[in-house]
Amino acid sequence: MAQNDSEIRYLTPINVDVKKKKYCRFKKLGIKFIDYKDADFLLKFINEQGKILPRRLTGTSLKYQRKLAKAIKRARHLALLPYVADLLK
Amino acid sequence: MTKHYETVFILTPVLSEDQVKEAVKKYHDFLVEKKAEIVVSDNWGLRKLAYPIQKKSSGFYHLIEFKAEPSIIADLEIAFKRDERLIRFLTVALDKHAVAYKERKRAEKLNKEKVVS
Repeated sequence: MAQNDSEIRYLTPINVDVKKKKYCRFKKLGIKFIDYKDADFLLKFINEQGKILPRRLTGTSLKYQRKLAKAIKRARHLALLPYVADLLK
Repeated sequence: MTKHYETVFILTPVLSEDQVKEAVKKYHDFLVEKKAEIVVSDNWGLRKLAYPIQKKSSGFYHLIEFKAEPSIIADLEIAFKRDERLIRFLTVALDKHAVAYKERKRAEKLNKEKVVS
């Protein structure tokens, strides 16, 4: 009983944000090569306007972010992805 | 030292089937003549472009993977630039991961075809 009194009680349980740890999906899945011809896959890493999403949002490691950016730019050159768009998704 | 390369080019949609074949053959011959070894030649057919190029909204995509001396790439690209049938091209050197990836994909494709047939 004495222990219970010392605890702070809340009427509604407070939200403790359990942040999901981001991870690099290339490292996790062991993807070594990012294919610039696979436009559907690259679509996951660009926003609606066709911009490349930053690392801080996707959690991609620096090594693969560089490769990813290159692949996206190559796909854009070959008109597999747009340079500018709206409502891409 | 030969390197592994891959080139994708887009031909104008105004060409007929035969003209496309002829254009592709021209580059095959060019590569063979320069002692390059063609690994894969893949026709993706008529595809829609993500944005218009030279006021065209579609094009014939073709991919050629080959092993060649680095010195012929400049010649190949000059030939590409001079060719009016081409509206876009991209040549990239493949590193060892890319080669492994492509070989794996090819093996998968073969397996699938076996299952189907």
